[in-house]
Amino acid sequence: MAEHILLRHRDIPDIHELDVYLSNGGFDALKLVVQKKTPQDVIDIVRESGLRGRGGAGFPAGVKWGFLPQGVFPRYVVANADESEPGTFKDREIMERNPFQFLEGVAICSYAAQAKLAYIYCRGEFWDLAHELESHIAELRKEKLLGRKLFGKDFSLDIRVHLGAGAYICGEETALLESMEGKLGQPRLRPPFPAAEGLYGQPTVVNNVETLTNVPPIINRGANWYNSIGTKESTGPKVFSLSGNVERPGNYELPLGTTFRKLIFEHGGGIPNGRSIKAILPAGASAPILPATKKVLDTGMDYESLRKIGSDLGSGSVIVVDDSVNIAWLAQKITSFFKHESCGKCTPCREGTYWMSRIFENLENGKATSEDIDLLDSVAQSIVGKCLCALGDFAAAQVVSDIARFRSDFDARAKDGK
Amino acid sequence: MSQALVSLTIDGVEVTVPVGTKIVDAAKQAGIEIPVFCYHPKLESVGMCRQCLVEIGRPKIDRSTRKIVRDKNGDPVIEFGPKLETSCTTPVGEGWVVLVNSERAIEGRRQVIELILTSHPLDCPICDKGGECPLQNMTMAHGPGKSRFLYEDKMHLAKHVPLGDLIFLDRERCIQCARCIRFQTEIVDDPVIAFSERGRKLEIVTLSEPGFASYFSGNTTDICPVGALTTADFRFGARPWELNATASICPHCAVGCNTMLNTRREARSQGRVVIKRVMPRQNEAVNEIWLCDKGRFAHHFASSEERLARPVIKLKRRGRLTATTWENAVKFVVEGLQAAHGAVLGIAGGRASNEDLYALHRLMDGLGGRAVLHDQMAGGEFVQQAGVGPGTNLADLGSGDCILVVASDLHEEAPIWWLRVKQAAERGAKLIVANARPTRLDAHATHILRYDYGVAAHMILGMLHEINHQKELDQYASAETKKVAKVVSKANNVVVFYGSEGLDYAASHDLAQNCATLLAASGHVGRANNGLVAVWTHSNTQGAWDMGVHPEPGGLAAALKGQKAAYVVAADPAGDEPLLTSLLEQVDFLIVQGLFLTETALAADVVLPAQSFVERDGTYTNGMRRVQRFFPAIAPNEGMRADWEILSAVAAAMGIDSARPSAAAVMQDIAAKNRDYSEVNYPALSRNASQWPHVGGKDIYFGGTAHPNHQGLGVQLTPRVERQKDISFDWAAPRKIAHKPRYLMVPITKLYDRGTTVVQSQVLGPRLEILRLYVNPEDAERLGMIDEGEVEVQWDGRKQRLRSVIDEHVPSGAVLVPRSLGVPLATAVDVKIRPIAL
Ligand SMILES: Cc1cc2nc3c(=O)[nH]c(=O)nc-3n(C[C@H](O)[C@H](O)[C@H](O)COP(=O)(O)O)c2cc1C
Ligand code: SF4
Ligand code: SF4
Ligand code: SF4
Ligand code: FES
Repeated sequence: MAEHILLRHRDIPDIHELDVYLSNGGFDALKLVVQKKTPQDVIDIVRESGLRGRGGAGFPAGVKWGFLPQGVFPRYVVANADESEPGTFKDREIMERNPFQFLEGVAICSYAAQAKLAYIYCRGEFWDLAHELESHIAELRKEKLLGRKLFGKDFSLDIRVHLGAGAYICGEETALLESMEGKLGQPRLRPPFPAAEGLYGQPTVVNNVETLTNVPPIINRGANWYNSIGTKESTGPKVFSLSGNVERPGNYELPLGTTFRKLIFEHGGGIPNGRSIKAILPAGASAPILPATKKVLDTGMDYESLRKIGSDLGSGSVIVVDDSVNIAWLAQKITSFFKHESCGKCTPCREGTYWMSRIFENLENGKATSEDIDLLDSVAQSIVGKCLCALGDFAAAQVVSDIARFRSDFDARAKDGK
Repeated sequence: MSQALVSLTIDGVEVTVPVGTKIVDAAKQAGIEIPVFCYHPKLESVGMCRQCLVEIGRPKIDRSTRKIVRDKNGDPVIEFGPKLETSCTTPVGEGWVVLVNSERAIEGRRQVIELILTSHPLDCPICDKGGECPLQNMTMAHGPGKSRFLYEDKMHLAKHVPLGDLIFLDRERCIQCARCIRFQTEIVDDPVIAFSERGRKLEIVTLSEPGFASYFSGNTTDICPVGALTTADFRFGARPWELNATASICPHCAVGCNTMLNTRREARSQGRVVIKRVMPRQNEAVNEIWLCDKGRFAHHFASSEERLARPVIKLKRRGRLTATTWENAVKFVVEGLQAAHGAVLGIAGGRASNEDLYALHRLMDGLGGRAVLHDQMAGGEFVQQAGVGPGTNLADLGSGDCILVVASDLHEEAPIWWLRVKQAAERGAKLIVANARPTRLDAHATHILRYDYGVAAHMILGMLHEINHQKELDQYASAETKKVAKVVSKANNVVVFYGSEGLDYAASHDLAQNCATLLAASGHVGRANNGLVAVWTHSNTQGAWDMGVHPEPGGLAAALKGQKAAYVVAADPAGDEPLLTSLLEQVDFLIVQGLFLTETALAADVVLPAQSFVERDGTYTNGMRRVQRFFPAIAPNEGMRADWEILSAVAAAMGIDSARPSAAAVMQDIAAKNRDYSEVNYPALSRNASQWPHVGGKDIYFGGTAHPNHQGLGVQLTPRVERQKDISFDWAAPRKIAHKPRYLMVPITKLYDRGTTVVQSQVLGPRLEILRLYVNPEDAERLGMIDEGEVEVQWDGRKQRLRSVIDEHVPSGAVLVPRSLGVPLATAVDVKIRPIAL
């Protein structure tokens, strides 16, 4: 793609400096909306653009903003920068290299939500990045791009950075809010959704970093420009994080709907060491595995197409698996990740991930038989659809799909533990 | 208030319930049981355990017309979702079809229980909960017969983790339902336990020092759906199925919580029947399904080894006490009383039952003497007139209502009232807390009023002024009293709790009178959920007033003047006030009836061993004037008699009255004589009504192990204003407050004092209060005192050395000392304080 819309630093390397960002049209969008548009106008534009949440669920951002209950204040905006999904590293690049576009997105979202305070929730390991963001925010305050009565209008905004403490589950929006409130990071029962009762029980918009980074260009160039990119239902550009057994891992900004083949072979340079591709994890650990058939490779990476072939786009972190890998080994790694990260609030996930891990260990130690693989499958099935949040389902769906699609790998591991 | 209703079918049964009812409760009302673990009807739903999964079908809605789609028979088309849903979090919807016992739902729940069991040790044979365990019952009913989870794969965790002195955690058994944490956070606002870690490592930890510091901790062991939480009192003590259960009433404070005494005959106790534990018995109008830890853990005194077991008499003054037969003892008593020729005084404590108090009153009356209560708080007659009426339940108070608490620290004096008042405030009731110092209830108050110790009654006059605009009251009004008076007069329902902190007999009398007048003037008497409640220091003080036994305005010293004989029942005046010892010794003939050889008993000519409340039947009338019955749980030692029984025998021997055969018969006498009690009789006290939430069914997981109430909810007395329209109320002429003393030493109440009933608890020991003098920081500086230093306090010609603690919550000019810890102080006194150099 010629021009980067999100990874703009690839075209303008110094865009992380405020004056460079400003001289390249930075904060024009914020100024425009604050001076010329109502919050509802902004919500309408974003809804028309078709922008969908990039944090995993793909929920239309404009629709979510429209859910804020009338007349209830204060409201908050929270940028979800917890980025903990295995193989996902897009938000980090955006925040490190193109931070002001993200911050401008936060500000526009806050204007639309009529929030005076926005938070950026960074995963605990992002502490250095968090400090950088804080100094960027200080610059914005100095330049009166944040603060009271912005652009001479009755809109005030401040942004604060909050550091998590190292839990994957705190990327789930309601666990994130609990964590921000200083409580144990466990998801809340939904409904109520954060838009109705979020941070401190107030209406709150939670959006992913990448989602928000899309907002300034949408305002600058219009909804029609934006929804001409990508597919009909999955509009716009997406940063795909490519990793695993691939020549050139990294982030690639491509229109939604780009095929796996194009990403992996054209951009990623194919599979190293003369190996061939065996499988694809399209969304880190959190979506069912796909065997790398021709049909799969030619599938467009968008929300609808992936659902059609029995997986999910999630956060768009594509992990490539070559033929040297036993899928049962991979499944064990992923299960042990989920076991470690399960918050423990609900029974199926807390107990189920632990039980599955034990079966995997037996498999590894040569203590398991084919019947244990059936048991594993049955345990995973018994978790599916019963959990309080999506993490438990991710964990179970992974094992179910691994066994369904690569049973022979499990049988082999049962035999020799490899 | 009518509520919108919703109809739906659950397993084919049509049910109609109020909007917002959770499916699990709707099913329960239809007699369909859905297993739950994390859900508890008294707690907010959290949907954690996932045990209550059901299939929910909703009428299909046409997207364009937004109308219900109908099939060719005109019936709504029902759509079922792809997932099972938690019935404990989902409120009912009109026309829904819920399937609890469909194949899919049953299989789903079977899978969840199997998952729960993977981590559970299943050590039922050695588990305290075995026999009354929801998990055990559910596993038997719905669980798999065989484990698919390898035993060696189980995670093994610590089994004896103390969460403080009272509650122990078995980490292996915990199923992480968070009922305990949520109870502490949502219901009692003592968030002292929490989860730490995550996933399978999730663990309950205590955050307080000392551990699990809450007056309500025992309740978590009732609602814990497994045997993960046990009490220091009961753990490993017995198996639930070996226990007998006897209904009783907590004797420790004026709330009158309904309890169940679990007893067992055991070799360990030389073949005696002993109390193994005290459990809450449901009475939604009194204690719901809760108890405070004092009620639960301070029962050991009743079966103490130190109990008096035989009558003893002293043949010579200052002679030795020698054992005798009951026959002799009664003869001796009769002779002693005859010799007094009517100069007799009965002295009773507020722990005696109505029957005892009535019998004492009757005897004294017959002898030409009188009976008084050993207490210094007054106002019982105003509670009789303007008390809360039948139908009162603090749980009904909320938005639009108002509660005034004055001169009482409810958290320490009546914990369950504190809890329920706090909850009413959380439901939106206006809460006015008035006291000379901050108390814990302040945190939930909408209005806080401060006054100087002693002038509580004046502050109420200030409020009254706003309502009756009487000129004389001008001087007591302030901006604050004006504001809260408006709140009171605007409220739909008003309940006033008055106590006696810092007040003597006269001051508490005035306070009660003014509160009653305020209630009457603002139209808040004579109906349910309105009226005056006394925060008495004992369980049956109100009953004593009702039986005609009240404190003497001048105190016992005045009452004893000129008496030749005194008859003390269920009280230890000499123990409470050593100065009374010589006065008691001065009467010619002193009779003491009680449980222990107290200071008063040591001075007596006859000591008669009484049965404790666990050995006999009787009734108490609580501070809200609900008469409640307790039953014999333990066969008494042969040498002991019930107080009423002894008194009735003496009265019979003296030809005053015929002996009464039973406590029930005494109650019949009471009903015949006392208009207020005309409807009270033992069968009426034993009447029940169905209560929500259901507890005690085979689904004990629903409400916990609190016992259901089959023994009676008691009778709420009708306040006299409801009957007698001619009662009028007027405020008490304000008393002049003499000088403002330099230092006023004020006795305050602490729940865990060292009174006889508490100090014998086998588990509360580490939690008992320590005697300290609490001093304001500025006063401490003025006096040259240091924190944890030693001071000498002088009053009324006595001296005592005390350790002092500097505490900013103490009002300046006052020093506070907890009652029943060694400083004999009935009411506030002027003191001199001198620090002692180290
Ligand atoms: C287990 C779990 C982990 C998640 N982690 C993240 C994350 O790290 N970053 C993120 O943006 N969203 C994450 N989400 C999704 C959020 O819950 C939420 O949907 C998202 O922040 C909404 O923003 P969006 O609409 O802009 O995507 C996670 C969800 C789940 C269930
Ligand atoms: S599914 Fe897992 S992570 Fe989510 S609430 Fe349940 S235990 Fe916690
Ligand atoms: S201790 Fe009991 S009540 Fe508390 S979380 Fe564990 S099982 Fe639930
Ligand atoms: S609140 Fe009072 S009556 Fe109730 S259990 Fe506690 S001490 Fe007993
Ligand atoms: S989820 Fe409903 S009872 Fe626990």
